[in-house]
Amino acid sequence: MADATATLSRPLFGRRSGLRRLNTGTAFGVGLATLWLSLLVLIPLGAVVWRAQEDGLASFWDAATAPEAAAAIRLTVASALIVAVINAVLGTLIAWVLVRDDFRGKRVVDALIDLPFALPTIVAGLVLLTLYGVNSPVGIELAYTRAGVVVALLFVTLPFVVRTVQPVLLELDVEMEQAATSLGASKLTTFRRIVLPNLAPAISAGTALAFARAISEFGATVLISNNLPFKTQVASVYIFGQIEADNTVGAAAVATVLLLIAIVVLFGLDLLQRWAARHA
Amino acid sequence: MFRSPLIRFSAVAIVAALAMAACGDDGSPAAANNSTAGTAAAGSAGAELPAAKLSLVAYSTPQEAYEKIITAFNATPAGKNITFSKSFGASGDQSRAVASGLDADYVAFSLEPDVTRLVKANLVAPDWNKDANAGNVTDSVVVLVVRKGNPKNIKGWADLTKPGIEVITPNPFTSGGARWNVMAAYGQVIKGGGTEADGVAYLKSLFANVPVQDDSARKALQTFTSGKGDVMLAYENEAIFAQQKGQDIDYVVPDSTILIENPAAITSTTKHPEQAKAFLDFVRSPQAQQIFAENGYRPVVSDVESPYDFPTPTGLFTIADLGGWTDVTAKFFDPKGSIMSDVEAGIGVSVG
Amino acid sequence: MRFIALGYLAVLIGLPVVLIFWRTFEHGVKPVIDSLSDPAVLHAFRVTAIITFWTVLLNTVFGVGIAILLVRHTFPGRRMLNVLIDLPIAVSPVVVGLALILVYGKFAPVGGWLDDHGIQIIFSYPGMVLATMFVTLPLVVREVAPVLEEIGTEQEQAAHTLGANGFQTFRRVTLPAIRWGLAYGVVLTIARSLGEYGAIAVVSGRLIGQTQTATLVVDERFQNFDQTTAYAVAVTMAFVAIITLVLINVLRPKEHS
Repeated sequence: MADATATLSRPLFGRRSGLRRLNTGTAFGVGLATLWLSLLVLIPLGAVVWRAQEDGLASFWDAATAPEAAAAIRLTVASALIVAVINAVLGTLIAWVLVRDDFRGKRVVDALIDLPFALPTIVAGLVLLTLYGVNSPVGIELAYTRAGVVVALLFVTLPFVVRTVQPVLLELDVEMEQAATSLGASKLTTFRRIVLPNLAPAISAGTALAFARAISEFGATVLISNNLPFKTQVASVYIFGQIEADNTVGAAAVATVLLLIAIVVLFGLDLLQRWAARHA
Repeated sequence: MFRSPLIRFSAVAIVAALAMAACGDDGSPAAANNSTAGTAAAGSAGAELPAAKLSLVAYSTPQEAYEKIITAFNATPAGKNITFSKSFGASGDQSRAVASGLDADYVAFSLEPDVTRLVKANLVAPDWNKDANAGNVTDSVVVLVVRKGNPKNIKGWADLTKPGIEVITPNPFTSGGARWNVMAAYGQVIKGGGTEADGVAYLKSLFANVPVQDDSARKALQTFTSGKGDVMLAYENEAIFAQQKGQDIDYVVPDSTILIENPAAITSTTKHPEQAKAFLDFVRSPQAQQIFAENGYRPVVSDVESPYDFPTPTGLFTIADLGGWTDVTAKFFDPKGSIMSDVEAGIGVSVG
Repeated sequence: MRFIALGYLAVLIGLPVVLIFWRTFEHGVKPVIDSLSDPAVLHAFRVTAIITFWTVLLNTVFGVGIAILLVRHTFPGRRMLNVLIDLPIAVSPVVVGLALILVYGKFAPVGGWLDDHGIQIIFSYPGMVLATMFVTLPLVVREVAPVLEEIGTEQEQAAHTLGANGFQTFRRVTLPAIRWGLAYGVVLTIARSLGEYGAIAVVSGRLIGQTQTATLVVDERFQNFDQTTAYAVAVTMAFVAIITLVLINVLRPKEHS
């Protein structure tokens, strides 16, 4: 997945692409895009938020801060953050190896990165359970622990940072790095001073997506986690439980909280990239 | 100049969307509008009924049983011209689907509240359970599933709270099956002369031994068969089903346990009431009940032969003995505050 | 460094892949072929294919449109649109199902009106396509937008000065330039659509032979201890997705300097 927020990271003035003021064509396009987005995403999500406050804001607050809900949200966000950070580091590393390194079967490995995308999460969960469950063929028992949840999340979020960083790495002019090295900079310094600033927007965009994906995950984690309420139950399983109990208001409340967290993180990272682009 | 691509796009997209809606309708499972040319007194057994397509929405466990029952039904005069669209899934999911608009003529769930939900939504008549079997078409009991050979020597409920024993049962807030388990565990204390406080205390000790709470009964079975846990609470018919599929398990029928009653009903929105009723009658007939018995269910009519030994526990009780589902749901399973939410909170806090 | 990367991948991805294939063909190839020939399974493949087709078509058309809008035009709320595009990824499948039913369900405002006019959304194809489109929304946009940004407008402007109208410019200049980004976005959408389970499970109704998708069949077969069929179907879908991904990767020339 390529980095899109970086497309808007450059200031509007002086862009290579021509500036278009709001003419009829743009207005029509905006209208259509808004309609499309509304029908598909905004109105349904709006209905969820509406349902969350249907019984009043006090009820919404109670539902969102109920001990079990709060525990589930905390666990979900904490796991997602851990996974996002791991992906930021290892994803960049993998992208680097795929772009700069060469070895037999590289193209196959490259394609396999997208496997987590293609596999239904329910299958991913079952496979991970088999691998790391009680009768683990590799002798690692991780199922029903928090580590198990993290592994499941790492599996489903693998492609995000890798695919965001790869195209940018491909672009990167190696001459700058070579110049730095010839001037005596160590590899680490070269990486830190030359490469990293250019990769930062892509890494943060990919990390944002990985985070977003991790907080919404249901299928893979529900099998490998022991789902103990207050302890290892992720937010989406809690939401499912609320729906099962015909408590759609409670479900919608927690869903709304997660949506808000996601929006904050996505916006935050967008701002981060604007800042990084200005200071690059 | 740049607006044209957008306008072209939109034209293509709108056409595509409309085409999709049209095509989608062609493939959509809208209830067949076969005209039931008014036949007279077609309800009597043996009379042929006009053709119809019935939508059967049921929970997942009796899938194989219903496939066979439908085949048997089609061999009868009443069922000759009737075809079925079938849907199987978790009981709660299916019930909610019907409540959200899934067309259904005949519904079958694993516990009564899933039908009550439809009564509240005006999709099932309130008198659905006024027949001789109170609306139920199959029975079962909660049993203790153990590894083949019962290595830990589990004999009854008291063994489940021993230290070191791991019990598998689903989360009662996401699984209807788990609710039967909880009420069995609670009820056997009451039946044995204990007070409500004793029952709650037992639940607390029991759940302290539960390392995993899957969100559905089938997932719990998967967890158990994959090697986790020493004993699992399950329906007897689920245990039999797993054994039929080659899983290495045994089960113990405790002396005191709850009678699981699985309801079925016809919807009030059905366009083919005669045919649906004929099917429901067939499901209650000895022939269909025999098929259920072969699949591990306890029949609700007597004199049905079965390859399985269905022992009657001495201390068998029903949900009615405990107050009926409406009261029990409010008292035990209200996520906003109930006995089970306290129990779950208790586990969370104690292990931290 | 290579070893760290490959080692991590081997454990995270490689082991599961090996296990899946082993589990699928544990009892030989014939049971796999048999289970894949089951009419219900074949129909499920067909349902998945239809849903994938429509999802890809609609999301591609609108994806390219939105990408053009984001990159080539300015308007108030552009940043907001940009962030909102990514939002679907953060929504849990349970919530997607709930959200769609709240709006398009038979007893919901929009859905009820449509139902009165004979159009059934939820528990029918349109609902499943909506759910799949929801979760795949960002994919095409995020592949095409950077490429559009990359290639700049010089060629398009040149075409315009030479007298080409908007559509000709798009067809002859823009589209060929973005084709690989677009292809990759399409392939990702295909892969994701094939594997979607959670949201579809809520809005499909699971009608055997009608609205049961391949992933729902996987779930059903697992639950009935028919692991062979479950794995066989899962492997088939993953295989299709991987083949398309590999093809794209192999065919795409390394055109970036």
